[in-house]
Amino acid sequence: MISLAGRDILHAWGKFIFTGIGLGLLIGVTLTMAGVYRGMVDDGKVLLDNSGADLWVVQKNTLGPYAESSSLYDDSYRGILALPGVAQAANVTYLTMQIRQGENDVRAMVVGIAPGGAGIPGWPPYLVAGRQITRSHYEAVADMATGFKLDDRIQIRRNDYTVVGLTRRMVSSSGDPMVFIPLKDAQEAQFLKDNDAILQNRRRIAENPAFNRPAIPDLLDTVITSQSSNPYVNAVLVRLKPGYAADEVVEVIQRWKRLTAYTRSQMEDILIGKLIATSAQQIGMFLVILAVVSAAIIAFIIYTLTLGKIREIAVLKLIGTKNRTIAGMIMQEALGLGVIGFVVGKISATFWALIFPKYVLLELRDAFSGFIVLMIICVLASIIAIHAALKVDPAEAIGG
Amino acid sequence: MEGGGIRIEGLHKRYGKGETAVDALKQVDMRVAPGEVVGLIGPSGSGKSTLLKCLGAVIEPTAGRMILGNEVIYDNGWKITDLRALRRDKIGFVFQAPYLIPFLDVTDNVALLPMLAGVPNDVARTKAMALLQALDIQHRAQAMPSELSGGEQQRVAIARGLINRPPVILADEPTAPLDSERALAVVRILNDMARQFETAIVVVTHDEKIIPTFKRIYHIRDGITHEEIGEGREFD
Repeated sequence: MISLAGRDILHAWGKFIFTGIGLGLLIGVTLTMAGVYRGMVDDGKVLLDNSGADLWVVQKNTLGPYAESSSLYDDSYRGILALPGVAQAANVTYLTMQIRQGENDVRAMVVGIAPGGAGIPGWPPYLVAGRQITRSHYEAVADMATGFKLDDRIQIRRNDYTVVGLTRRMVSSSGDPMVFIPLKDAQEAQFLKDNDAILQNRRRIAENPAFNRPAIPDLLDTVITSQSSNPYVNAVLVRLKPGYAADEVVEVIQRWKRLTAYTRSQMEDILIGKLIATSAQQIGMFLVILAVVSAAIIAFIIYTLTLGKIREIAVLKLIGTKNRTIAGMIMQEALGLGVIGFVVGKISATFWALIFPKYVLLELRDAFSGFIVLMIICVLASIIAIHAALKVDPAEAIGG
Repeated sequence: MEGGGIRIEGLHKRYGKGETAVDALKQVDMRVAPGEVVGLIGPSGSGKSTLLKCLGAVIEPTAGRMILGNEVIYDNGWKITDLRALRRDKIGFVFQAPYLIPFLDVTDNVALLPMLAGVPNDVARTKAMALLQALDIQHRAQAMPSELSGGEQQRVAIARGLINRPPVILADEPTAPLDSERALAVVRILNDMARQFETAIVVVTHDEKIIPTFKRIYHIRDGITHEEIGEGREFD
């Protein structure tokens, strides 16, 4: 049987293509929004994957180190290392800040990594250029998204660092690229004050009678020294020995070290369920609104196209065409418009996702679900036009 | 009725109820034999279109009797349940404007009805081509309606009306948009088709140019038909 919808689309292809492009851009935005959400989730998973840890040990009763601040002594890892089932334990610090490079600055997450070389939890698992950090100070490995290049000089707080290695897809849960520096430098950077503040602080301590006792002349120097160093890290990353269950080791750490530990799945729940939950709801609302707007636009377009054919529809009805055929024609045109829109939207989203500042992950399953939802929207949107077409009186084709 | 055609007896159509009721058709009697073309003329508001709509099974009369071919379709109530099929199989329509489907070429416009009824596309197109040849427009078979002149469009519309070989064709002002020459050409075609396919054709018209060509004319005034003998002028 002849396809009236197909012939109409072929005949008025310009109208359908341009309308489809307009609709496609809207669909592209919808797919991109879904991609932004997927990108956020993926950033969280990548963060966990790249840390190389099986467990995250953090300050007691906190959701650190990513969702809440967490602070624990930097010697805690020694005690953890001695527990059964623990193969490796390494300190790590995280600090999101603006890193200066010449006149510009880049928002990045500075990660302080414990000495020991690649393979230690927290270290970037692979590089795309250069080498890993080999010196104790002032070397950095940066994610390519920072825009830094090998041998670039970057400034973190008051110190300059040389970029010795580049890595890729090493991002924080909020998508900021990571810059890895030695742990000691990172600890210093977290609490480093300017010179005036240091002088002020020393004077305040010196004026405190409790620290300035004539009977104990070394007390003041001891206190000042202790205040100028930072013995804290944000978390201890733990790698398990083969054959040990993560839950059991978590229980041992929490019982004997008075710290909180999370397994991989728990940490994923924190990142995805808590940290990006509000953003996900925000994006979800956008998706709902975009779906409603798309439905309204498709309905309006199909309704307008149908009204433009009212006389032909009246003739078709008068000469005995079944309602089913007319309804089928309108619905197929709506679906055709949806298909054109989807193709345009998918292509647009694929291209413009690359230029987004943060990672946009376009998944095939989202595209498939989006296509199904779009087809349902097209069917529903065509109902108004079908209703209008079926209401047309065939007598309209006869004058008088 | 012998041999098919159209027979209408005492047809009555009332719009509305009570004091606002209007009798659009009061007493319509009409006979059109197979192969005959009759004119239906009358002033505006006389009931022409209402009669055409009743004959076309588009609106229901209030009373009377209608026979199409050898089948009683109305006798103080519809005797046919599927009016859509009746219109598709038994009645051909030709309108004032051709109302061709703009996104189908000439062949498919003509072949549309059988194709929608499930006849294989190639069979329907072959049938359409034969009709287009009979109407001497086969050279425009692949053209789109927008590429045709008014006369050509009307010939295609006639071919579409004839594709299912209906016993009856209802033509509503088919020559209105055409000049004298083309209008007469259309009437000649209708006469030829009526003879060739044994079709009863009713032509509703105001067109003074074609009225003299009818052998029989029904005047309709105030909802009542009056039969007259026409000039039956031969075509040159």
